Amino acid sequence: MAEREQKRKPAPAREVEEVADAPVTSETGEKLKADIDDLLDEIDEVLETNAEDFVRSYVQKGGE
Amino acid sequence: MGVHKVLGIETEYGIVVKGQADSNPVSASSLLINAYVNELERERTAGPKVAWDFEDESPGKDARGSAGPSSPPEVETHLVNAVLTNGARYYVDHAHPELSTPECADARSIVVWDRAAEEIVRRSMVAANRLLPEGQELVVHKNNSDGKGNSYGCHENYLMGRSVPFGRIVSHATTHFITRQLFTGSGKVGSEAPGVGIDEVPYQLTQRADFFEAEVGLETTLKRPIVNTRDEPHADAQKYRRLHVITGDANCSEMATFLKVGTTAIVLAMVEDDAAGPVFSFRSPVQAMRKVSYDLSLSRPLELTDGTTITALEVQEELLRRARAWADQHGLETVGGEVAARVLDEWERVLHLLATDPMALADRIDWVAKYRMLEGYRDRHSVDWSHPTLGALALQYHDLRPERSLAGRAGLVRLVGDEEVHRAMTEPPEDTRAYFRGRCLQRWASQVVAANWDSIVFDVGSSALRRVPMMEPMRGTRAHVGTVLDESNDPADLVARLSA
Repeated sequence: MAEREQKRKPAPAREVEEVADAPVTSETGEKLKADIDDLLDEIDEVLETNAEDFVRSYVQKGGE
Repeated sequence: MGVHKVLGIETEYGIVVKGQADSNPVSASSLLINAYVNELERERTAGPKVAWDFEDESPGKDARGSAGPSSPPEVETHLVNAVLTNGARYYVDHAHPELSTPECADARSIVVWDRAAEEIVRRSMVAANRLLPEGQELVVHKNNSDGKGNSYGCHENYLMGRSVPFGRIVSHATTHFITRQLFTGSGKVGSEAPGVGIDEVPYQLTQRADFFEAEVGLETTLKRPIVNTRDEPHADAQKYRRLHVITGDANCSEMATFLKVGTTAIVLAMVEDDAAGPVFSFRSPVQAMRKVSYDLSLSRPLELTDGTTITALEVQEELLRRARAWADQHGLETVGGEVAARVLDEWERVLHLLATDPMALADRIDWVAKYRMLEGYRDRHSVDWSHPTLGALALQYHDLRPERSLAGRAGLVRLVGDEEVHRAMTEPPEDTRAYFRGRCLQRWASQVVAANWDSIVFDVGSSALRRVPMMEPMRGTRAHVGTVLDESNDPADLVARLSA
C-alpha cells in the first residue's frame, strides 16, 4: 500500500489527454534499423503480389 | 489455496479465398476444416501412413473424380465441429475457422498447443488448396481485425473457484487486462474506432482495444465488455467457474502468448487467494483500454477513481511486485510451478525493457516486432503511416503461409521446439482431462459418438450409449487413467473398469 501511494502522483488539474506522444524510436531504434536492412530486403521478396489490392479487399465478418 | 489454473485459448482466424469473386467465409472455413479432417481420416483408414504433402495431387475439380480408398476426400460444406486426438476442438464459428486448444495445466503447454493449432491450420490450408480450382488460393491469418472495423477474437479461459466473489475478479481482472496490453498487443496501423484518424493514431499496440465499449457484460460481438460474464464452466458448476477472457490479441510471438496467459493466471490465482492487494480502479476503463493501446510513449497517465493517476507500466510493475510476494507466501503450484517461475522472470525482463528500451523487445513482443518492420520500411521508402504498403505489411505479419509470413521472419524467440509442436498436433497434454479425451479418440474414434469438454459418449454395442462424465479438469490425466486406458481392450471394457 505504501509503495502504491509513493508511485501515485496528483492528477493534473485538467485533462490528461494533453500529454504528447513521444515516439518509441530512440537511439536503440536507430541501431536496430541498421540490422533491419536484410529483413527489409527479404520482405520485398515475399510481399504478396498486388499486396495493396489484397489488403484493400481484405474484409472479414465480425466473429466471436 | 486456489484451484489449479487450467488454461485454454480459442482462436478465430481470418480467412479469405484469393481469386474467388464472392468468396463465402462460412464455406471457406468448412472447406478448410473438412479438408484436414478428411485427410486425417484417410490417413487413419488407408493402412500405410499417407504423407501430408502429396506432390502429385490434382486440384479442385478432379478431387471427386476417382474412387477407391486412397482417393481424395469428398468435401462437405455443412458446418464442421471436430474433436481432434490432441483434445482440441476445431470448428466453424460464425464466419471463421476456430480452434480451441485442449485444456492445459501451465502457460508453456498453452504455447505448445497454440503453436500446434497454427500448424494444424497450416496443414488444413495446404489440404484445402489442393481441392480448389487453379487460380484460387485459401489464405488464413492469425489476426483479430480486417482493418475495416470487423473484429474476431482470441479468447482465453481460466478455471477458478466458484466461491471467489465475481466482483473481486472483475475489478482486478479489468486492471490487468487494460495494462497487460503493453506486452500482449499484436500491433495495428491506425484505429478502427469511429472518428479516430491515422494522424491521431498512426500505430497502436493492440488489434482489439478499439472494439471494447463496456466494462462488464455477456456480449462478445456487440458492445464488447472488458470482462465477459459468460458462466459456462464446462466442469462441476458447484465448484468451478471458467473466466472467459475476450480482450486479448492473437499473438504470433510465443513469448507474448506465454506472458499473456502466464501473468493472467498468476493475477487470477492471487485474486482467488485474496492476495491481489488494493485495486487500481480506473475512472474510465473503456477509455483507459484505448489510451494504453494508443500510447507509443508508454508513459501516459491514467486516471484512477480517487483522482490520482498512474501509468500502465507502473501498474504492471506493482502487480509483478505483488505477484512475487504472493509466490513467496503461497508457492506457484496452482499456476504451473517452475513454468510460473519463468513467467515471473520473463515478466520482469519485459517490464524492465518496456521502461528502458522498448525496441529491444522486437524479438519477443509482437507490436514491437511489427513496429520495427514498419518503421524500417517507412525509413527506407520515406513514406508516411497512411501509405497502403504499410497496411499490407501489417496484414502479412499474421499470414500463416510460411512462404509469406512476416512474423516468421521477424526473428522472434522460440520457447518450444518444432518436434514438440508436431507431436502436439495429434497428442493431448498428459496433465489434464484432455488426455482422457484425446486417448479415447486415438484408440476408439469409431465408437465415440460424441465428445465434449466435460463428457465423452461411447457406443459400446449394447442398446444404450454410455456417457463418461469428466467434470474435474485436473482428472483424467495420464497419471490418473493412463494404465486403465492402456489395459482396456475396447470402450465397453474401459467403461466397466472405470465404474468398477
